Amino acid sequence: MQFNWWESGRRVIEFLLNNEVVGIEQAPADLTVLEYLRDQRRLCGTKEGCASGDCGACTVVLAEPGMDGLKYQNCNSCITFLGALHGRQLITVEHLKNQQTLHPVQQAMVDYHGAQCGFCTPGFVMSMFALYKNLNRRSSPGERKTATQEYLGGNLCRCTGYKSIIDAAMESSASVQGDQFNQRAADTNQQLAQIAPFAKARAATTGTENFHLPETCEALGDLINRLPGARLLAGGTDLALEVTQQLQSMQQIIYLGHVSALQEIHITRQHYRIGAAVTLSDFHRMIKDDYPDLSRLLLRFGSRQIRNLGTLGGNIANASPIGDLPPVLLVLNARLDLQSADTRRTVDMDDFFVGYRQTALKKNEFIRAISIPRADAEHQCKVYKISKRLDDDISAVCMAFNVQLENRMVKSIRIACGGMAAIPKRAMACEQALLGKPLDPDSIAAAQHALTQDFQPIDDVRASAAYRMRVAQNLLARLQLELAGAQIPTTVANHV
Amino acid sequence: MSSTHTIGRAIAHDSAHKHVSGEAIYVDDQTPLASQYYACIGGSEIAHGKVKNMDLARVKTAPGVIDVITADDIPGAADIGPVFPGDPLLVHGADGTIEYLGQPLFAVVATSHTLGRKAVTLAQIEYQSRPPVLDLDQAIEARFYVRPPHEMARGDATRALENAAYRINACFAVGGQEHLYLEGQASMVIPGEDGGMTVYTSTQNPTETQKLVARVLDIPMNKVDVITRRMGGGFGGKETQAAAWSCLAAIFAARTGVAISCRLSRRDDMVMTGKRHGFFNQYEVGFDQQGMILGLKYRLAGQCGYSPDLSDAIVDRAMFHCDNAYYLPAVHIAGLRCKTHTVSNTAFRGFGGPQGMIAMETVIDEIAFRLNKDPLHIRKLNFYNTTDRNITPYHQEIEAFNIPEIVAQLEEESAYWKRRENIKAFNQQSPVIKKGLALTPVKFGISFTVSHLNQAGALIHVYTDGSIHVNHGGTEMGQGLMTKIAQIVAQVFQVNPQRIVVSATRTDKVPNTSPTAASSGTDINGMAALNAAQTIKQRLTDFLSAEHAVTGDEIAFKNDRVRVKDTVLSFAQVAKQAWLARVSLSATGFYKTPKVYYHRETASGQPFYYYANGAAVSEVSIDTLTGEYKLDRVDIIHDVGNSINPAIDLGQIEGGFIQGVGWLTCEELKWNDAGKLLSDSPATYKIPAINDVPEIFNVRILDNTRNESDTIFRSKAVGEPPLMLAISTWCAIRDAIAAVADHAVFPKLNAPATPEEILRAVTALKNPST
Repeated sequence: MQFNWWESGRRVIEFLLNNEVVGIEQAPADLTVLEYLRDQRRLCGTKEGCASGDCGACTVVLAEPGMDGLKYQNCNSCITFLGALHGRQLITVEHLKNQQTLHPVQQAMVDYHGAQCGFCTPGFVMSMFALYKNLNRRSSPGERKTATQEYLGGNLCRCTGYKSIIDAAMESSASVQGDQFNQRAADTNQQLAQIAPFAKARAATTGTENFHLPETCEALGDLINRLPGARLLAGGTDLALEVTQQLQSMQQIIYLGHVSALQEIHITRQHYRIGAAVTLSDFHRMIKDDYPDLSRLLLRFGSRQIRNLGTLGGNIANASPIGDLPPVLLVLNARLDLQSADTRRTVDMDDFFVGYRQTALKKNEFIRAISIPRADAEHQCKVYKISKRLDDDISAVCMAFNVQLENRMVKSIRIACGGMAAIPKRAMACEQALLGKPLDPDSIAAAQHALTQDFQPIDDVRASAAYRMRVAQNLLARLQLELAGAQIPTTVANHV
Repeated sequence: MSSTHTIGRAIAHDSAHKHVSGEAIYVDDQTPLASQYYACIGGSEIAHGKVKNMDLARVKTAPGVIDVITADDIPGAADIGPVFPGDPLLVHGADGTIEYLGQPLFAVVATSHTLGRKAVTLAQIEYQSRPPVLDLDQAIEARFYVRPPHEMARGDATRALENAAYRINACFAVGGQEHLYLEGQASMVIPGEDGGMTVYTSTQNPTETQKLVARVLDIPMNKVDVITRRMGGGFGGKETQAAAWSCLAAIFAARTGVAISCRLSRRDDMVMTGKRHGFFNQYEVGFDQQGMILGLKYRLAGQCGYSPDLSDAIVDRAMFHCDNAYYLPAVHIAGLRCKTHTVSNTAFRGFGGPQGMIAMETVIDEIAFRLNKDPLHIRKLNFYNTTDRNITPYHQEIEAFNIPEIVAQLEEESAYWKRRENIKAFNQQSPVIKKGLALTPVKFGISFTVSHLNQAGALIHVYTDGSIHVNHGGTEMGQGLMTKIAQIVAQVFQVNPQRIVVSATRTDKVPNTSPTAASSGTDINGMAALNAAQTIKQRLTDFLSAEHAVTGDEIAFKNDRVRVKDTVLSFAQVAKQAWLARVSLSATGFYKTPKVYYHRETASGQPFYYYANGAAVSEVSIDTLTGEYKLDRVDIIHDVGNSINPAIDLGQIEGGFIQGVGWLTCEELKWNDAGKLLSDSPATYKIPAINDVPEIFNVRILDNTRNESDTIFRSKAVGEPPLMLAISTWCAIRDAIAAVADHAVFPKLNAPATPEEILRAVTALKNPST
């Protein structure tokens, strides 16, 4: 089924496909970029490995103007809807060669024998290209290694064992050689700038189009009122699975990516106030210094591709019981600004999750911003994520703590878990067991017992109920060891 | 570039440039024909029972649907079992029995893949359920088998056990493994003249697909051409289980007269195709106070799923490898082929070997534990030799055995003993994080144990411009087979490998081929290509000596040229002159592996032409609070004989190892009580990712060695053996767990050692009563 994007003859969605300005007049609202590339453009270098954002074979790079020139971000084309490309450059593997010369990342993959069956290779090449474009050339080998792991953690290879790929990424990301993208940057910026007016024009419209790109909160609120069946699309990293995995159709999509208020970031001495559509990648950079554990958690949140698309508000509004951010936001006592066409209100995280996949959001409301208190010297925020795999895996248990100690006594404490209940949830009984007590093995034992009052976890494909409970209890022991300053290793690696 | 030493050069994969630029074409990347439809499969929603009523009316009228078929619509044979019957292409509604959840019941073609998938969901099917057998334990108990048990014996194991000073009787479970090739199953079938079909498909076994497409269409094999340029990974998962999708597409192609694409969505692929067999291994071992094994009894029970598929040979290979590198003076092995109402398990890199080998390494570890000795001592003590401890449980004589040398080198290079001391010291200071270390060897038998499969063919054309076209029966799945074959042919003609194109595998060029499996791809197809190349080279030599009146000795193929006494000719000149003189520049080649045989009745023979060997040391850390683990360091030395291409071989070693680590750690298959696969996507089934690579990963090929058997340029097969090097990681995890109880108790550990399994084992040590 085809829908009109716009009254006939006028383009609405415009983007650069490599160097070509493309205007889309008609397409299903829920058409993915991968389907568009492979089926409509016959650009088959981009592969489908899973169609769920879990393997990286479909990785493309999106470029858009940023503060220091073009910003290049790898993302999964299988769970990106075409409409989300508006105003951006979509770079595919076919575009990396300069005439007949391989791009430095491609050449390095050949030189280090980084491809065997070759099916995952275009995706790796694109993630490596994003790394090449973003990594500071003065980075140390250690920084390059860390960045390599960060950028390539969402690309699966079943053949090589990754060693050759890591070597290729290390080599190419150290290369000082520029590429044709540097040379074309000015032209690209200009091409992108010419697209913008279409977006401006669109903001005022009320048409029959099915992929809506409002630019103001007011327009957004109106659209929500007008289109009660429409789905709100932020990063889409979970929403798109309804299309690609559950085979549902979405006829009306309201895209939040162009609502400028949702991108705003205010940092005061007391708070971060972060627009709901700020991506997890940007959020990660922002809170690095205040909340090192949260920052490290974000490095294990999905993959780089997912974090480049996924948003803070999306992770909250999605209300998944296994979302990784809600437990942390619960213990940090975050507050949410909710808005509709004619109302605004503030809700504590504590009051936001009301039932399995149910939130305090009213039908016509959206999350505008999230306020997180700045770190202070008195509170310690600790976060632990337990999953089968380090990279890109959903938590069996995600546990967050915000502890205030005074004379070794627990003056205040907030504990929350993901993966332990139908909603991300505070461990109130456990908190009570520790409040006012010394943080010692005895009180931890009591807290571990209290945890069984807080949670009755379930068995599922990721972990058994018994394991979840035992791990959560044991993480209290880890917390105690770490806060007591025990000079012993408490984790197998430098991750949360 | 000197072409004299083409063999042994680290040449890049022949498709490397195409891989990195996205120009390599996989089945689903082919430009669709003007008229083309897309096939999708509807599977059962129950694990065991019958179809009472299948109402497909809504499917037929769904948007985009062109045609729908059930078992009644199969023109020819409806069973596509590769060795034994038991695999219905579609379960027959009235006569058939459903044997796993997801088993194909009907298929549709639609104008797009998505519309086909949506249509499939509209079927309304009533079932008559029967209780399924889902657990291996249950099948063992009920003696529910897909094939009868097989036994191997040498000496009197019962007596040896009775007389042994020490005895251990134990068991553990080993999980299966999803292939998760990045390219899912895919096929495209184009109908041709006279009812013929051209099949483009991602298969390790084009001949099998040809045979089965012909059979289901009831047409002769000569009307079906199967073409495989490359696979996006195979690992055994496209050996037998790639055929069904081509068969279904071919039926639709015959019915509609239109090209049909059939590719499985990732979930369908994971649900509808078999995996590595899970095993339940029991052992009873008797040994002396030194740790010398005196007698050993095994019962290895493989979970085959609902049908035989290749399970007979797979469980056999587990039995062939449950000695690994160790001499067993008295041994009895029983191998069970257990049936469950789950998808039919199939070939996966190692083909049962890993599941047998891990049992042997567990036996060794447990003996060491009992005697409070380092497992490495026990390993060395029990190694085979080539003089008096040299007969395997299947009565093959070990003629060459370099594992002691490999282990000695590895022991030194990895600083095994120093690290052992460091780890002991670390563990004493570290109550939460424990470290473990293990060195395990691999001895893997090379050849198909089904003897007739050890044959291969090749076809070489030399054209008048001096370019060379090679075709052979092997398929390219990323292992670099085409590159190695090009090197082999280049070596014969002493030409630049770039002169050579190794084209897509085609059943109309080289017929009756064996699957590319059992690590044998280069061994057998390389020999066949060598044979064909030598035939042409001999013709050229004969022609040149007649033409120029010189002896054969005065003709030299060298550096991309041919020297005829004092004249130097380009290779193209020679080719053209030969053509003008009406010399045939095309030749077939053939090879069959010598010596190999196995008598099932006596469970004895020489199933393997030779063994591929290696060893690995793994060091791990585990978190005793959460069960999380980290692979800290790995050192590997692996024997590939005289390497044809060290870069490709190294890639196989590293990749095989990490794939094995996945099998034994993070990769966990889970079904629910109704038999539904829960780990049905990469979101829930986790293969190793980039951070799972050990920080220190020293891998090298054994230096200065050549295969003692007369293989292609004295190289050794490398596809499967390195996977089993990962057993060292699993043993190291167990070693770390043991540190919890100060190595006083041997931890019972199952595979995969997920964080949950590790924590379970740790907890069992901490609270022995529970």
